[in-house]
Parts: sequence; structure tokens; C-alpha cells
Amino acid sequence: MKVWLPLDSAAVALGADEIAEAIQSLAAQRGVDLTLVRNGSRGMVWLEPLAEVETPQGRMAFGPMTPEDVPALFGDLAAHPKALGRTEDLPWLKAQTRLTFARVGLTDPLSLQDYTAHGGLEGLKRALGMTPAEVVAEVTESGLRGRGGAGFPTGIKWKTVSEAKADRKYIVCNADEGDSATFADRMLMEGDPLTLIEGMAIAGLACGATKGFVYIRSEYPVAIRIMQEAVAVAQRAGILGTSVLGHGPAFDIEIRVGAGAYVCGEETSLLNSLEGKRGIVRAKPPLPALEGFLGKPTVVNNVISLASAPVIMAKGASHYKGFGLGRSRGTIPLQIAGNVRYGGLYEIAFGLTLDQIVNDIGGGTASGRPVKAVQVGGPLGAYFPASLFDTPFGYEEFAGKDGLIGHAGLTVFDDSADMLEMARFAMEFCAIESCGKCTPCRIGAVRGVETVDRIARGDSAAIPLLTDLCNTMKSGSLCALGGFTPYPVMSAITHFPDDFQPRRFEEAAE
Amino acid sequence: MLDSAQTAERVTEILDRHRGMEGALLPILHAIQEDFGHIPQDALPIIARDLNLSRAEVHGVMSFYHDFRENPTGNHVLKLCRAEACKAMGADDLAAHARRELGIDWHETTRDGKVTLEPVFCLGLCACGPAAMVDGKLVGRVDAAKLSQIVGGLK
Repeated sequence: MKVWLPLDSAAVALGADEIAEAIQSLAAQRGVDLTLVRNGSRGMVWLEPLAEVETPQGRMAFGPMTPEDVPALFGDLAAHPKALGRTEDLPWLKAQTRLTFARVGLTDPLSLQDYTAHGGLEGLKRALGMTPAEVVAEVTESGLRGRGGAGFPTGIKWKTVSEAKADRKYIVCNADEGDSATFADRMLMEGDPLTLIEGMAIAGLACGATKGFVYIRSEYPVAIRIMQEAVAVAQRAGILGTSVLGHGPAFDIEIRVGAGAYVCGEETSLLNSLEGKRGIVRAKPPLPALEGFLGKPTVVNNVISLASAPVIMAKGASHYKGFGLGRSRGTIPLQIAGNVRYGGLYEIAFGLTLDQIVNDIGGGTASGRPVKAVQVGGPLGAYFPASLFDTPFGYEEFAGKDGLIGHAGLTVFDDSADMLEMARFAMEFCAIESCGKCTPCRIGAVRGVETVDRIARGDSAAIPLLTDLCNTMKSGSLCALGGFTPYPVMSAITHFPDDFQPRRFEEAAE
Repeated sequence: MLDSAQTAERVTEILDRHRGMEGALLPILHAIQEDFGHIPQDALPIIARDLNLSRAEVHGVMSFYHDFRENPTGNHVLKLCRAEACKAMGADDLAAHARRELGIDWHETTRDGKVTLEPVFCLGLCACGPAAMVDGKLVGRVDAAKLSQIVGGLK
């Protein structure tokens, strides 16, 4: 009997380890020959823990599993109370275009055999037969843009590093996925870590870098463990080491762990942290592509950007580019979170409207109350009201509505959300997490909290002051922390003015 | 309580393990915290001398990051997510419940030394919030009853 049960953090947080134990002990009790594979999550978090059982008809899904549902897995599967049918037929999964996440949930994350059986290493092998300039050109042609949030063309960044002259160059993977509502990096590292390793090796070939770092936040213990094990697997198999796959140049990877500083998701702050310093933002220029880690040319890319390189190299730039809209090419792993009925990861071409994402795919709120707002792009992203739900998902499309797509996380709020409180929280978070280097962020965020409190006390004259402060932060901050905190604040004021009315006076005085 | 010679010996052993590493200070601090449960003040001058940094620089790095602690925690650490996706699912009420039940505020330890309460900004469990981490174990969809059960189970 072969059973898959995710090792993914979300599945574990919902009891997957207990289910695994129950399955194992029952199999032992009944003398059943069990193969239990701990896979990545299929991304349907509302169905986690999702068990899959191999049958002649394919993999059958059962979820959300409780320990009480385990014994029935050993009986008539069709009669199981949590039977969902064949996993691949589940409509939520079927409608997706899984390029970057093609293997997540399907394979054993640490099995190289599984990996290559599902197309793994094809991209790297093709890249090994090309010149660095050709690899860079292929990635550029694919239209891939930085999935961490900034949306900078990945190929252009690689080109800069590739053409820079230095004795050492580095590939740094930014896995400091600190934005609330985002978990794509975590899911990929836990569910298909070898894809990230392959992507980094391709970047190494393209740029002439021999060393890579993956900087993972300490809040992701499962991802850290799986990535460390995967690097060891890749080293043993000769994918990493003195010669990539035996006939390429040297490339190796080291896993580093962050220490709870949100600002280290900013690339220059991350580089300082990696060097063993305070995670203080660096002024640009110089660009990290020219003077990055230890002053050497460095590619700093998000997990999803690097993990998309293998499929681009394997299937060709035009295949990847064929998906999407406008200047947003390829697919994007949407992370639907917060107060939502069907939350999880949904990889699809750019271009769906917010309404399709929140209401059709997400099924509206978990509470069953009306959707009030959706914050797109994490703590530094704007709150979108229902009236802007026709906005198509793309970099320029969201920028045009004074928002951003960021790392493609969406937090759904129902009508009980207090947008003044959310604006205050944005400022409070910025104050806690500011690295302190630039004044608009360090002081502005503190003044921002105070000013929101004045509005809460009924002082509507403080609204223009807050607007003014936001403009200062937006144009005067060194990085996106101070520079983008105004997005949630201003969008809350603009789209939900009722929450900022003096009626709050008595409530706040309580 | 450790005497300073024992501390020095263990810190030196950790430093030896990290020799040759590029930008080793964070891995060193993580290793020390894992070994001691916090970063003892006595460790700072030893690290500083070894890495050819000033003690102020090492203190500066240690104090910059939320993870590193100067003092030991209680027997258990309860982390509750305070970020947006969990707030959308009632994390604020849950945090208020936890603070009431434990009788402490954020970053504090109960008087019996049992539980330390820490805020965390995102555990990546944003589609199954509110989320918590109890001594490194992840828990999703935490409500008041589940939280009371968790706290009650801590010895």
C-alpha cells in the first residue's frame, strides 16, 4: 500500500504528523506492507492534511484527514467518508497551469529518482550545452520578472552579473519570505527543493558564479531542514560540487538561516545579514549585481524566480512567454489567504481578475460574510475594495490602481475588518521592523502610528497630515519598507473613508 | 549556572566549527543560542576577539535581530502570529485571550517560569490562520479553546 501525506508546514500545522503516525501504527498492527511518502502539499490548504492512496485508477485523495478517518483508509476506499476522488481530477487543481510548481505534491521532495522521472534536470542539462550568454538570452526572452515583488527582469540582472569581471561571483536566493499571505517560497522549498537547486545551478552557469547561498527565514524550520537535506542529495549526485553534473564548472550551495528581521527580505539588507552584519539597507548604487556579497558581483533572486529557470530552460522561452498578459509573462503562484473559504496556492497565467481569484477560486470568505477588502502583495501592498475587483492580475495593471502584486499573496478580509486598525498596524509593523537607516522610515512610521491614533480619537485634521507623511515616506525612504508602507495606509483611507470618520471617538475613548 | 571558563570553552568550540565560513557571525550566534538557550554576555568578547570585531559590533548584530535573546526564556515558548492574514481570522482576539490566560504581555514570561509569549510576524501558514508555534511545533487554525488546551498541556 502506497500513501502520500504532506510534510508541508501547513499540513503539519493541521495535524499531518499525527495522521502519519496513525497510518504507520495501524499498518504495522494489521501487517500491511506500507510505503508512506511525505510529499509537498498540493496547495489546497482547506483539504489538509490531504492523504493520497495509490490505486490502479491513479492517486485517490482523502481530506481533510483526522485520526478517526485513518482506519477507513485500510478498507473500501470508495466508501471512505473523506473520499474526494482522483487527485488530478479535483477541479481546483485541474484548472491550474503548473509550470514552476509542476512537481510539488506529486513527488517525494528528496528523491532524485522521482525528480528526474518528472522532468527534473532537463533544464540544467540543456543549459550545460549552451554558452552563458545563450542561457541569459533564453531567460531574458522568457519575460521572467523578479517574483519577489520588484518585478525586475531576471535576464537583465543575470546579464549584468554575467558581464561583470571578478574573481568570484555569487548567486543568492532570497528565501526570506516575510510577507503575510505569502507561502509559495516555503511550499516550493518543502515540496520540490531540487528545482530551486537546479535553478540556482543554471544561474551559476549563466553568470559565472561558483557559490550560491539560500537565505531562509528562521520561521520556516521545515523548509530549512528539507533544503539542507536536498543540498546534500544534490552534492552526493554530483549536481553540485566541483563540476556541475560532471562536465560543467564548479557550483555549490550553502543554506543560511535568518534571525527574525523582516527587513532582511530587502536584497541589500539580506546581503549585509549574510555577511554577518546588522541587516541595514545599503544605498544603491552600487547595484548588488556589481557589488553584492562581500563586494563581489551577486545575483539576488527570489525563490520562485530561480525555481522558474529550470522549466524555462527545459521547455524554451517561448513556451513560458506564451502565458500571461501585457508585460507580465508566464505564470504566477497566487497565494490566497486570510479569511477565505478555499485558501492555498494556485499557479496560473497572469491575467485573472481579482474577482475571479477571490470569489471564483477562493470561494469568498471563510466566515461567509461579505468580502470587504483584499490586501494584495503582503504588508506593503494596497487594500483593494470590491469596486476594483475587475483589476487583472499583472504588474502594470496593479501599479495602475496604486497597488502592487508583490509576491502574489492575497489576504481576504470580511466586513468585520476595521481598516483604520489595519492602517495603524501597517505603520506599527514598519516601526518595529525598520532597520533605522533612513529617517522617513525610522521616525515616519512612529509618527504614523501616532497620527492614526489622532484620527481614531476623532481629529479629522490629522488625515491630511497622515497623507503628507505618507508622501514623505514614499519618496524619501531608501527601500520598500518605508517606501511602500504608505500603500496599505493610503489605500485604506482612500477606499474605506467611513472607517476613518470621527464616529470612532466614543469607541476609542472607552 | 555556568562559570565563565565553561562558557568560554563551549563558545570556542562553536567558533572552531565555523572557521573559514564566509560571513559567519549569524550562524555562530544561532549555534550559541541553540546550545545555551540564549546568548550569554560572556560570549560576546570571545566572539569579538575571534572574528576581529569590536564587542560593540557583535552586540550590535545580536541586538538587531529579534531571534537572539540576552536572557533565557521560560520552559516553553509560545509564539502567536500577529500578521495580516492571521488578523483577518481573529488573531487579535486570540492574542488578547492568550495574554489574559497567561497573565503576561508580549515578550514576558509567566512568574512560574513556565511560558514565554512572543509575537511572530508570519509563519507562512496564511491560509490556515490564526497560526502559532509552540516550542518549534507549528499549529494552524488556533482558536481560544485550542489555545487553552495547548497552554494547559505545557508543563
